[in-house]
Amino acid sequence: MTDAGSQEDARERTGAPAEQGGRLSRRRMLGFSGASLLVGAAAGAGLDRVASAAEEKPAAGGSIPFRGPHQAGIATPVQDRLHFASFDVTTGDRAKLVGMLKEWTAAAAAMTAGRAIGQGAVGGLAVAPPDDTGEAEGLPPSRLTLTIGFGPTLFEKDGKDRFGLKARRPAALVDLPHFPGDNLDPARSGGDIAVQACADDPQVAVHAIRNLARIGFGVVAVRWSQLGFGKTSSTTPDAQTPRNLFGFKDGTENIAGTDRALLDRHVWAAAGDGSGWMAGGSYMVARRIRMHIETWDRTSLREQEDIFGRSKGEGAPAGAAKERDTIVLARMKPDAHVRLAHPDSNGGSRILRRGYSFTDGSDGLGRLEAGLFFIAFQRDPRTGFIRIQQSLAGDAMNEYIQHVGSGIYACPPGVKEGTYWGQGLFEG
Amino acid sequence: MRRPVPVRPTRALALAGAAAVSMSLLAACGGDDGDKASAADAVAVTATDDSCEVAKKDLAAGKNTFKVTNKGSKVNEFEVLKPDGSILAERENIGPGTKVDFVVNLSAGAYKVLCSAGQTGKGPTQDVTVSGQANGAGDQRLTQAAAAYKAFVITNVNDTIAKTRLFVDAVKANDVAKAKELYAPSRVGWETIEPVAEKFGDIDPKVDAREADLSPAERKTWSGWHLLEKALWKDGSVKGKGKVGDQLLADLGTLKSRLPGLTLDPVNDMAAGAKELLDEVATGKVTGEEEAFSHTDLVDFKANVDGAAKVYELLKPVVQQKDPQLAKDLDENFAAVGALLKKHEKGDGYESYDKVGKDDRKELADAVNALGEPLSKLGGAVAR
Repeated sequence: MTDAGSQEDARERTGAPAEQGGRLSRRRMLGFSGASLLVGAAAGAGLDRVASAAEEKPAAGGSIPFRGPHQAGIATPVQDRLHFASFDVTTGDRAKLVGMLKEWTAAAAAMTAGRAIGQGAVGGLAVAPPDDTGEAEGLPPSRLTLTIGFGPTLFEKDGKDRFGLKARRPAALVDLPHFPGDNLDPARSGGDIAVQACADDPQVAVHAIRNLARIGFGVVAVRWSQLGFGKTSSTTPDAQTPRNLFGFKDGTENIAGTDRALLDRHVWAAAGDGSGWMAGGSYMVARRIRMHIETWDRTSLREQEDIFGRSKGEGAPAGAAKERDTIVLARMKPDAHVRLAHPDSNGGSRILRRGYSFTDGSDGLGRLEAGLFFIAFQRDPRTGFIRIQQSLAGDAMNEYIQHVGSGIYACPPGVKEGTYWGQGLFEG
Repeated sequence: MRRPVPVRPTRALALAGAAAVSMSLLAACGGDDGDKASAADAVAVTATDDSCEVAKKDLAAGKNTFKVTNKGSKVNEFEVLKPDGSILAERENIGPGTKVDFVVNLSAGAYKVLCSAGQTGKGPTQDVTVSGQANGAGDQRLTQAAAAYKAFVITNVNDTIAKTRLFVDAVKANDVAKAKELYAPSRVGWETIEPVAEKFGDIDPKVDAREADLSPAERKTWSGWHLLEKALWKDGSVKGKGKVGDQLLADLGTLKSRLPGLTLDPVNDMAAGAKELLDEVATGKVTGEEEAFSHTDLVDFKANVDGAAKVYELLKPVVQQKDPQLAKDLDENFAAVGALLKKHEKGDGYESYDKVGKDDRKELADAVNALGEPLSKLGGAVAR
């Protein structure tokens, strides 16, 4: 009886006809993405952003320019799949590291354009291993982006200035503090260099990381890596907000990749921020957030919605009917996730979220080893992620999640023709 | 040993009586995307299920491209045989209706080419005569390297036999402590030249099979070092295992008897073998799977690396000339792995691998990857 009652409640709040709920939204989603490409500009107000996003978004399988003022993979419309890798630098030789970054840059430029590395997978000598590992042969570029970031330990590790970079460490590249509830695995945290590979085809993303790791042997070694199978955020507000593994739309209020003013204010570091070499770059925070899927699934719909502060079906903020209706924080429970994460609860703090759902099989206890691989870009983590995460200490959702991996990285600005990843850091 | 794969019978190996090391450099450089430049005056070979037609029988010394077309119904194999009947070079798996380019470096002499429908190693042959002087072919340094490597292989097989004899004596006396002490050293020579021994598909499974890699049926006939390893470390007794020891010695004796006729190629045997040794380290030793009971993995590790280092040392003059950066990378990474192994030295041997922690294993794995990657380029650098 109670169950039936709460279901009725939910339908009322989402405003969806009882018998159509799920099916309708899926159909709408499909129709909508088609429309945004074909007839995006046809309708009037409110759809103008659709048009601009459609122009930016290359046809499925197309390529995203590797070079530009900012690194691709930040404001870029979020691709479907992720392969994230964190590397330790295993050499003490700065010249070797720079040499590898140059090789990586050339390889990244080739792969993001849909080309193979070097002489390709079959073009070389028959008695030598091929330059490219080959599993992306015949696949389109799939909107592959490769985004590099430098971790605090590259600048200083165990009190040692390993590469003469200590003085160039940006003030914003802080060591993340311990947050209440953290249970971080060192083997899934940190790292000197991180690469975020995003693509619409998982094989293309994996191919990219695999080949970078191969090129890097002797200079870097993979410390940890993470596959993400489904995007949980959108940087294209016209598109359907994707759902996370809790079944909710989260991050409706994400920064749009086309909103230059917001990007400049909250995402891109500026020359005046303290580190000249980071101008046009951004700071990435990655968190492996394990979700306690099974206990969540036993939680009543009403409680789930209270925890989020949004309805599960439509994604409407508490007390509203539609996903993008104005949020009134006071209508949410004081410990609702959306309320605590909202800019209004954090002095206007905003971050660009680009996270992915992950499932790494099961955990040996019969539970899904699943969760959210949270990725956020911001101009300054101290006023971005750290500020927000601190206010999430009282988040009702914490009962169902645990942060188990963590990393923070300074992502330099984009690569211009003839330069390499991080050149401003090493040669500035 | 290497993970079991279907092994072809020993006839695939050059088991000729001639002790001379032949130069079949680039012998395996075949394939449809092979050497396009020399494909212009390629030697057309048409194979059917019962014939082997060669368009040209007088060939010039140097690089020759055979364009083999299989017009038969069975999968064919093309071989170039030396005057003594041993295989100089072979190209397997030529499917019905397919065509491959196969490059072989030939010096003056009389050869036979053979097409084997069904890949039995038997089939019709044709005589071909090679005359003239190959330009650039037969780099003396490579000839010398191959000869020196063969001597190295023989020395190591002799060493492993001598030490295995002592080990087997201890097994026969059921002197468990002594046998445990002699077990790992007895394997060093073998592990140093393992890829060469693996060329003889029948010996490796007999002497170096791991129980975990065998099917239930195969376990009934399990023999070799690892059986004794398990008996020593797990059962604590080798009573009645003398026969296993004798068999091990006999199998190693068979290996030794085959070495004189062995043809070793600088690219396909030496460089590829060095790469395989590092593969062995990466998949068997770093994981601790090779010596599941004795945990003497680091002894094998060192032997594998030493075997690869020897190959590099012998080919180094050529590598330094053709790819100096590769030589530099290899020098550095062999040194790095050596230094890392040194950290784990204990007494005359190495730390038991079950005592090597996760961080140290990661460090070893990283160093092996760092060495394995440039080492995989050795063959290409020599062939270039």
